[in-house]
Amino acid sequence: MIPELGQGTLFVALGLAVLGTGLAVAGGRTGRTALVESAQHAALGVFALLTAAFVLLVYAFLTFDFSVRYVAHNTNLGTPFWYRITGVWGALEGSLVLWAWMLALYTVVVAARHRERARVFHPWVLATLLGVLAFFVSVMTLAAPPFTRLAPVPADGRGLNPLLEDTGMITHPVALYLGFTGFTVPFAYAVAALVTGRLGDDWIQLTRRWTLTAWYFLSLGLLIGGWWSYHVLGWGGYWAWDPVENAAFMPWLTGTAFLHSIMIQERRRMLKLWNLALVILTFSLTLFGTFLTRSGVIASVHAFTQGAVGAFFLGFLALVVLLSLGLLAWRWDALRAQGELDSVVSRESAFLLNNLLLVGATFTVFFGTIFPLLSEALRGVKVSVGAPFFNQVNVPLFLGLIFLMGVGPLIAWRRASLDNLRRNFLGPVAAGVVAAAVFHRLGAGSALAVLALALTVFVAATIALDIGRATRARLRMGERLPAAVLGLLVRHHRRYGGFIVHLGVLLVAVGVTGSQAWSVQTEATLERGQAAELAGYRFRFDRLDAAEASNHFKVIATFSVSNGRSTGAMHPAKKFYPQETTPIAAVDYRTGLVEDVYLVLGDFARDGSRATVKIQVNRLVTWIWIGGAVLTLGTALALLPERRKAA
Amino acid sequence: MSRLLRWLVPLAAVPVLALLAYAFRLDPREVPSPLLGRPAPAFALTAFDGRPLSLAEHRGRVVVVNFWASWCFPACYEEAPVLEEGWRRWQEQGVTVVGINIQDTEDRARKFLADFGLTFPNAPDPGGRVSIEYGVYGVPETFFIDRRGYIRHKHVGAVTEAVFREQVERLAREPAPPAAGT
Repeated sequence: MIPELGQGTLFVALGLAVLGTGLAVAGGRTGRTALVESAQHAALGVFALLTAAFVLLVYAFLTFDFSVRYVAHNTNLGTPFWYRITGVWGALEGSLVLWAWMLALYTVVVAARHRERARVFHPWVLATLLGVLAFFVSVMTLAAPPFTRLAPVPADGRGLNPLLEDTGMITHPVALYLGFTGFTVPFAYAVAALVTGRLGDDWIQLTRRWTLTAWYFLSLGLLIGGWWSYHVLGWGGYWAWDPVENAAFMPWLTGTAFLHSIMIQERRRMLKLWNLALVILTFSLTLFGTFLTRSGVIASVHAFTQGAVGAFFLGFLALVVLLSLGLLAWRWDALRAQGELDSVVSRESAFLLNNLLLVGATFTVFFGTIFPLLSEALRGVKVSVGAPFFNQVNVPLFLGLIFLMGVGPLIAWRRASLDNLRRNFLGPVAAGVVAAAVFHRLGAGSALAVLALALTVFVAATIALDIGRATRARLRMGERLPAAVLGLLVRHHRRYGGFIVHLGVLLVAVGVTGSQAWSVQTEATLERGQAAELAGYRFRFDRLDAAEASNHFKVIATFSVSNGRSTGAMHPAKKFYPQETTPIAAVDYRTGLVEDVYLVLGDFARDGSRATVKIQVNRLVTWIWIGGAVLTLGTALALLPERRKAA
Repeated sequence: MSRLLRWLVPLAAVPVLALLAYAFRLDPREVPSPLLGRPAPAFALTAFDGRPLSLAEHRGRVVVVNFWASWCFPACYEEAPVLEEGWRRWQEQGVTVVGINIQDTEDRARKFLADFGLTFPNAPDPGGRVSIEYGVYGVPETFFIDRRGYIRHKHVGAVTEAVFREQVERLAREPAPPAAGT
């Protein structure tokens, strides 16, 4: 029953989405509001149908309806309740359902909020959103149907990929997809601006908060992905420059560039063409990401299974890129810049340089990701591009970006005077230099780490300087300290929200620097009662235990850990799933502000007399996650509604 | 920019798109098995019907060894009818199909055999010894062994009718070696 019902729902949704796109285009061309109204109703209908399809799929998972192939493939009778729900988006077909549903959600919210404010753009915005939606629903009906019937109905299902049995599975895809789909909104407005020829900053004003929302969710998705990798995959890292990680990182880079460059357009009427190109690039990269993950053209730990889906995505990617760049070429003359760069030493040029570095990083990541394809196409040689390439090229770019993070917000617009520079940067530069000396004396080791931390201190000092100065001004007006700071943050929420986001990024940078520079690890095979030592810790192997969970079997080791002061037991384990040929390591870790202790169980003797364990002491990693929390606060502040200007 | 030149902007994207299209022709997971061309590891198991099942007893015949599990679908479900059909058509011409059930429970495996009405010899692999010997990475995987007992082809994923026919036809045509030891 459910397979037919689900498939029917999706087909109707496809019809409505295509119809809605047509109505919106017709409405845009003729200017008849009735047509646009109908398109809007179609959008609502698509949203309702996709919601129904999503609920049906969840229901099939919860009731173990193995007559649905997708359900049988991604769950079994032992799967715990929550992972039956997250199993819905645990593989290709269901992930597309979640994806399309989120896009439909964005579409109806945009339609409801902007109908009045953006009358001219509205039909084209709707047409773009519905068109993209129609594409995703067509993939779900034609290439990767989630509701395919399975016969004979098996007694039990295969079960979810065990690596996906983690709380990260609940949040990581949801955040990532909200980010990916969110960039469709600014893209739709860019298309509308190009079609209507209203190329001023209206579309940017209308989409600033949408872009910020998408950017935030993408950031969160990346960070949660790192956290997931860190505590599930058992190699002690959070980022591997895997093609699929890169696929999510590239739109983040261009999205970040876009968020900065639109400020120049708002302020100086410059960069119109650049901004449109950036938003087109960002949206295309989100499509490229989905293509890469779902086509199977590049080997990756995250890759979904392959199929006709890849061809669908490539076709659509080609359509989007050619159409939107075509529109750009068509409006070329109208997009010539009005403003000019007055001086190299100015905020404009700091922002421009920031954009160049971000786009440069995007290209190097893109190049590294597709290089294996290029190599095989041109030379017939299979190669893989690893972390060393990406680190070598990107670390200098990122250090430059951190530096600009300090310069950009404080340097004057147009032309910075010597006095401006002295007033804003003398203190922070001094702080950075002192910090470098201190870190060096403390034996920080690598010069790169010293440089990274010194730059971080420099940027933090510029932020402190600015906030301190503005607060003092308010104190002189007779306000009290808490009220002064709070009032400042709220009144200039865009500026200070941005500063707090910068602080979050700085903390992430500190965590990355620390973990790269100072983490240590060792591997030891221990007899029962024997101990290994690392970085002042003692790890004594006590025993092995076995336990059975609803859907797997587990071997749990017990280690007594002490570092002179405190003792405690840690329990790394290995999980054996009947559907997997290799066991899955269950990491045990203790997090701390300075260092994490991280144990991974390797081979062991069946009688429990001996076990091999990988021990890591990872430094400062926790600051990456704290940075994520700070970034969340900053984005929330920046997203506050604009104050209405007094009439 | 001149009228004509500006249209180069969208065209610049074409090579990248072409490269991605080319990528479909490649398979990043295609890793050849180190066992190809080597003697197939011997095994001696007890079949579901209680009879002994070994590779040695089929020396001189083409042997298709299929590793499967009841929880493996759609692939194992798709190939089961193909293997049964192949067994029926080819057994008179010196071809044996052998099923080895791995990481499964006995009742589910038996239900699977009954559901598809499989008649070729089938045995569970206690402890996964045989699947380790053959370097089985996931199910289904199928090994085509020639009359001399050498592994000649490894197929990952569901065996289709075309794959089965192509491999078996080729190997069945080869002459049988003289019976060893006698």
